[in-house]
Amino acid sequence: MWLRIQRLNQWRFVLTSKVCVPQLHTSSTEPASSSCDGLYPGHIHTTPIQKALLAVGSGVAALRDPYRHDMVAVLGEATGHFALINLRDKMKNDPEGYTILTERPRIRLSTIDVANMASLPEGSFGREYIRFLDDNHVTPDSRADVKFVDDEELAYVMLRYREVHDLMHTLLGMPTNMLGEVAVKWFEAAQTGLPMCAFGAVLGPLRLNASRLQTLVTSLGPWALRNGLRARFVLNIFYERRWEQSLEDLRQELNIEPPPVILSAANKTST
Amino acid sequence: MAASMRLLVRRAIRLSHKNITLTAAGAAARSDCCRGPLVCRCFSDEAEDRSTHFGFETVPETEKAKRVYKVFENVAQKYDIMNDAMSLGIHRMWKDTLLHVMHPQPGAQLLDMAGGTGDISFRFLDYIRSQEERQKRRVARSSQTPSWRDISNNYSTQDEPRESRAVVCDINKEMLKVGKQKADSLGVSAGLSWVVGDAEELPFDDDQFDIYTIAFGIRNVTHIDQALQEALRVLKPGGRFMCLEFSKVNNPILSRIYDAYSFQMIPVIGEVIAGDWKSYQYLVESIRKFPNQEEFKGMIEDAGFYCVKYYNLTGGVVALHSGFKL
Repeated sequence: MWLRIQRLNQWRFVLTSKVCVPQLHTSSTEPASSSCDGLYPGHIHTTPIQKALLAVGSGVAALRDPYRHDMVAVLGEATGHFALINLRDKMKNDPEGYTILTERPRIRLSTIDVANMASLPEGSFGREYIRFLDDNHVTPDSRADVKFVDDEELAYVMLRYREVHDLMHTLLGMPTNMLGEVAVKWFEAAQTGLPMCAFGAVLGPLRLNASRLQTLVTSLGPWALRNGLRARFVLNIFYERRWEQSLEDLRQELNIEPPPVILSAANKTST
Repeated sequence: MAASMRLLVRRAIRLSHKNITLTAAGAAARSDCCRGPLVCRCFSDEAEDRSTHFGFETVPETEKAKRVYKVFENVAQKYDIMNDAMSLGIHRMWKDTLLHVMHPQPGAQLLDMAGGTGDISFRFLDYIRSQEERQKRRVARSSQTPSWRDISNNYSTQDEPRESRAVVCDINKEMLKVGKQKADSLGVSAGLSWVVGDAEELPFDDDQFDIYTIAFGIRNVTHIDQALQEALRVLKPGGRFMCLEFSKVNNPILSRIYDAYSFQMIPVIGEVIAGDWKSYQYLVESIRKFPNQEEFKGMIEDAGFYCVKYYNLTGGVVALHSGFKL
């Protein structure tokens, strides 16, 4: 009986929320009402002018405050259309990548079994990922939603890229301080060709102090670039099925060298 | 349920009072510029059955207030920065104009409804202070060489003028919090109080305030007519109602530029500065849904205000409406 009442309430909610009527193209200057779902939950329709303005604005905002991850995300979405098409095609042409595109796995605290992964043997990919999350005090749930990509499948590719970013850190052994992030950006720029990664790779070093800049230019940077170019395409790996695989093994499979410099996660204060 | 019954009872009582005063006023009023409104309120369906607009979306009335609350809760921290960014600083001129037209004198009691971050109240207190200083200077200048009679008069008329007071009232606690922080950082505290309240049901007695202002807030109210009636109630006879709100731009060229700017730029600015596209999309849509200058003037007159007039600012982008309770 309670179930029936609950279901009734759900239907009422659905009916009242469907009162929202998308006001598409009521006039030339009014975009579609953004409070109704677009192509996917969270989608916001934007005109090309708005995308250009978003790209410029978010770029400036991200440069002024690199910790504004939402601005980095928006920059990626506003500038990444062609790169995303390229990435999606790469995924389609690879069997494992194609599986990802059809199954659409998500990496969130609700979908990964943290306790199980923490009990995996040392040196396994899953264990190292959990260690990375703990050492750097990050969580996979803090990724911004995709809003400005105008194709549902491309939006998933962008989301997958964003969720896999932390796994990149684990694979490359880079912490989440400025130097580590820039190194990962160099790697990702070479791998994905996303303009946002390129901007981050070029402009990020501006915020580094002299000694870290030297480390970047002499050893970390060339290593990241080299590996980005020669490694297997990182979005084509179904990471959720490889938690038990050893990290070294996975690196070899992907053709990634271990990092030349060990950076500790404790250096989060200075850049 | 109990709350809505209370609301209905209060409205019934207020309506009966108002009808009595209106018929008396209607007989007495003869001026051309003023119209004696006759208001008929019908207590129709429950609010849940009616729907209203939330931007360009249609929502049940009960939901609108909640969603508006959420919008302002999200934008409160960046509200002032966003105002400067979106209006390129022009909003300061609009608010200064409101104060100049208001021309408050020392001793005035202001209710700054939807006052949020306190912009109007701070300006009000500054204006009063400068008026007081001007008065003191005038008094000092005129009493440079007083006669004996003047000196004895000065000793007897030592009654302190009533202190001016500004009450900032807003339905949203986040906005008030930001406003209080601003007041603390500016060092303003005398004569300022912060009250949580709903414009449709004010927590004040009748005939309390000399001036009631609502700046860029009334378009977010679900029942604008109720807010106007409440404004009439809490004002003293002779009190003034003033409303700053976005309105219709009549010039076609300016209107197109304004529309393009509103819909293309403002949500983008909202996303970049405040990280919130949808709230600013709502704000620009709500401007389009608000009645134009003449219609709003009619609504103010219907509520019972006299001598209602409006001033267009920046070509009609903003309109300043003013009415008196007589």
